[in-house]
Amino acid sequence: MIGIDWYLALSAILFSIGVVGVLIRRNAIVIIMCVELMLNSVNVTLIAFASYHGDIAGQVLVLFVLAVAAAEAVVGLAIILAIFRNNLTTDITKINLLRW
Amino acid sequence: MVTYTFVLLAVLAISSALAMILNKNTINSALFLVLNLLSVAGLYLLLQAQFLAMVQVIVYAGAIMVLFLFVIMLLNIDEEKDLFNRFRLKYLVVFLLGVVVFGQLLYSIGGVTEMLPEISPDMEYIGTVEAIGEVMYTNYVIPFELTAILLTAAVVGALMIAQYKVNKTDQEQV
Repeated sequence: MIGIDWYLALSAILFSIGVVGVLIRRNAIVIIMCVELMLNSVNVTLIAFASYHGDIAGQVLVLFVLAVAAAEAVVGLAIILAIFRNNLTTDITKINLLRW
Repeated sequence: MVTYTFVLLAVLAISSALAMILNKNTINSALFLVLNLLSVAGLYLLLQAQFLAMVQVIVYAGAIMVLFLFVIMLLNIDEEKDLFNRFRLKYLVVFLLGVVVFGQLLYSIGGVTEMLPEISPDMEYIGTVEAIGEVMYTNYVIPFELTAILLTAAVVGALMIAQYKVNKTDQEQV
């Protein structure tokens, strides 16, 4: 069995890629996909700790994270659909109705 | 053998994640995210979480990504043509910020690895359906029910938000 450090480092790299993706992309759908990537990297950490601690509660927590991620994706995509109907764009720099 | 499999899956996951955020075409990004999720499911198998690997493939790579692809094709989005055509100061700042986040994560999880308990091989749980279900329906039954309520509320809320001409029905009721 390889050390837990490798899983944690991989998870940190995936999370950082997700953060960079949220910051550089302007398409709202890709931004939601990057958030999914970040949630997924946290799942890797949880499962690695659950496996190396011999405690299965971490895997149960991953199931809850999956359910919350599904709910978040559904609501986010519905909001994007509603915005697209009014503005005909998903570019977040052009959605500036609430900008001061 | 485990090490080689881990390196293969990790390189696949990282490269597909990079390809996802750097691709101009939204559909290609979604498909690269599917590849990333599949390789992470392989990592779950290495960590002896078989049930979660199956759930990852079915729920994430199956259901959620099909939803994403539906919405992308429904909206018919243009490609981001000017994504990397010219250098912007923003990209440099974002890259530095990503490095800062990465360093912070490594710093915060680096000290945890020395506190791991010594476990014997027979103490390791195998993440089968029985093992997870036994814990989830005894100790965690209330969070489980709350998750059900959350999912129902999310579906109803998404229907409300995405409904066509929702304002007109409101005016008719008034």
